[in-house]
Amino acid sequence: MTTTVETTPTPRVTDQKVLVQVDDLKIHFPIRSGIFKTVKGTVKAVDGVSFDVRRGETLGLVGESGCGKSTIGRAMIRLREPTAGTVAFDGVDLGSLSSDALRKMRRRMQIIFQDPYGSLDPRMTVGSTVSEPIETHGLAAGQAKRDRVAELLTLVGLDPAYVNRYPHEFSGGQRQRIGVARALAVEPEFIVCDEPISALDVSIQAQVLNLLTDLRSRLGLTYLFVAHDLSVVKHISDRVAVMYLGKVVEIGPPDQLYAAPGHPYTRALLSAVPVPDPTAERKRKRVILQGDVPSPVNPPPGCRFHTRCWLYERLGQPEECRTVDPPLVAISGEHQAACHFAEESVKSDVGVAHMEERSIRHGTPTKALESLAGDAARGNGNQGDPLQTPGGAMEALAASLGAHLPSPGAPVADLGAPGSSAGVPGPDPEAPNVDPQPPAPGTRPS
Amino acid sequence: MQQEPVSTEDVPTVIDLSPDEARREHQEQMARQEAERKDGALLQVRGLSTHFNTPDGVVQAVDDVSFEVGFGETLGLVGESGCGKSVTALSIARLVPDPPGRIVAGEIMFDGIDVLKLDSDEMRKLRGKEIGFIFQDPLTSLNPTLTIGYQIAESIREHMGLSQKAASDRVVDLLGKVGIPRARDRLDDYPFQFSGGMRQRVMIAIALSCDPKLILADEPTTALDVTIQAQILELIQTLSEEFHTAVLLITHDLGIAAGMCDRVNVMYAGEIVETGTVDELFANPQMPYAWGLLDSLPRIDDVRGERLRTIEGLPPLLINPADACRFSPRCAYARDICREQGAQLTSRGSEAHLARCWATEPEGWIS
Repeated sequence: MTTTVETTPTPRVTDQKVLVQVDDLKIHFPIRSGIFKTVKGTVKAVDGVSFDVRRGETLGLVGESGCGKSTIGRAMIRLREPTAGTVAFDGVDLGSLSSDALRKMRRRMQIIFQDPYGSLDPRMTVGSTVSEPIETHGLAAGQAKRDRVAELLTLVGLDPAYVNRYPHEFSGGQRQRIGVARALAVEPEFIVCDEPISALDVSIQAQVLNLLTDLRSRLGLTYLFVAHDLSVVKHISDRVAVMYLGKVVEIGPPDQLYAAPGHPYTRALLSAVPVPDPTAERKRKRVILQGDVPSPVNPPPGCRFHTRCWLYERLGQPEECRTVDPPLVAISGEHQAACHFAEESVKSDVGVAHMEERSIRHGTPTKALESLAGDAARGNGNQGDPLQTPGGAMEALAASLGAHLPSPGAPVADLGAPGSSAGVPGPDPEAPNVDPQPPAPGTRPS
Repeated sequence: MQQEPVSTEDVPTVIDLSPDEARREHQEQMARQEAERKDGALLQVRGLSTHFNTPDGVVQAVDDVSFEVGFGETLGLVGESGCGKSVTALSIARLVPDPPGRIVAGEIMFDGIDVLKLDSDEMRKLRGKEIGFIFQDPLTSLNPTLTIGYQIAESIREHMGLSQKAASDRVVDLLGKVGIPRARDRLDDYPFQFSGGMRQRVMIAIALSCDPKLILADEPTTALDVTIQAQILELIQTLSEEFHTAVLLITHDLGIAAGMCDRVNVMYAGEIVETGTVDELFANPQMPYAWGLLDSLPRIDDVRGERLRTIEGLPPLLINPADACRFSPRCAYARDICREQGAQLTSRGSEAHLARCWATEPEGWIS
């Protein structure tokens, strides 16, 4: 058991080398109509986006539906041809590669899709789904291939005995694990996670999220994590990019971006996320954005957000916002925003006011963890339940009491409970999400 | 600066032809009703069990569920997919498809009426008039071949007996109320001409069209983006307060429940496992499943980098459930008694706060 106690979570080490570089990427879709299919307009799904993903980093890409986030994700592994601009992977422009060279390159980049139902072939067994990429890339055959598949299934927390089962025999969370195993089969460096947990139930979301986090540290993966849920993105990302109507409007480390957003849209998004805490909910200032996202066929001139912007209204509708498209400029360090009045936005308290006084995280009460620890000491609990081992419960208890134990790289084999409906919780070195800060007066439950 | 989704100044506060008069009358009526039934609830569900016949056996989707919704109250029904929250709502509206579904036991009293004893004509009079509906998917719950104006006017004409002209005026008022600009011009539009958020506004207009006493809102914002969700939730909140409408809000999102509800029922595997005021339930949950739900949510106000505590395993199949705590196979705190005997909903400190858990009973091992 680890004895070191730290008060802050350890930031993950990412080396600063760029793995994927997106430069002025544009993806436009023609709208065709009539019997001659003449082009009547273009949907500017992605309209001039540049950013880097560094090796070992998780970049979160958030935005509402139709903002172009999934399109970017696909373009980054060349599942979508860009209209203009380049995507370079490890220094190589993907557009310059022949299809053969691209296929070889694809071994290094994979994708996990949103829909665990639609993304698996219902007529392929789990074994053939996971071994297909191994065959395509000629990585293993025969017994070696079967061993590799079993290893992969274990890695994602599924029982290797399931190789001959079909997707319909699995729950949504388990199917998503199969999708993860398929992506990992070719030992990629970079994985695009395209809303990987959106279709799952709350408790299952957390299981898959933990799996992705553990695989990342164990295999040294780089993720582009595309999602619409700002809480999930904050949880998993080293940097976050916020998109609106085909453009990145803000990018930066989550601690800065969530605490002092430089773009009024980010503030509006943050203010709209419901927090499972009635006290915090009552205190918050919500920005209710007027109307819907404008059509990407004909985006507003100037700043694309000005038609719904609360700051634009508050500043008396400055002309600049209607005429000049603001570029991404640095606010502080790595934190950039595309707003003419970013400094005004940073100063305001809209959207994040409720986060200043950080609320207590409710959930498993301390007394329950104490009871678990006591049970374990007396040898009284469920045998084989790691939370009930003295270490597991003690660590959970220690963490709940305010100490954060550094993660020694959670053993991946414990991630799931293969085949057991009884479910075996993994030993959570940093288990409970309890606020390390002293509780704000009056917010602590008895 | 907080912006209102609907300007309340230039639209009449009560939808009717003569706003002031109607409003006064409405308020008086409300006051009368409240005085009459100070202790009574608008909706009382007692011992409701709804089963479905499937080739594999009888699925006990809702099993012995009891709760009340007071006049003007917002009650949340929270749980994961398959926990029986939607079937509960459908049972109240008698919309459970039969076969395969069947309400096998229980009593549903709505405003003094025994809902399960009504014949289909009487039930039709109740639905739409006294009970409004907002469903998850606004695209499939609107008829794509009928205009928006027609679909809203339908229930008004059916239940209120207004003339075509009067009904159409009321529709325009309603659309204004739910924040659809240039309402009169949009009466002849079809659902496909509206965005997701706008369609959900139309659904709310239909739900409110006959001044219902109760709205059943089943995941009303699940299909929407977060900024649109905020608009719709605010609209439901404002309008339900204004019309003094009770809301049964079904959601899987604990954040929405925290922000919208007065009281919350947590459901698991067809049963209510915990119920309480929103503050009691979130500040002092008393059931390991509720702990697990709260633990497994990444929160926007969290410290980053912490591992989420999850609930391992899957919910049970509801075919012939054993007499045991249904959460016990996934529960880290379960002891023999949990696996041998189902717990009852019992009080946890206050009259309103009940939980179904042996461990957190006063004599339990986590109390």
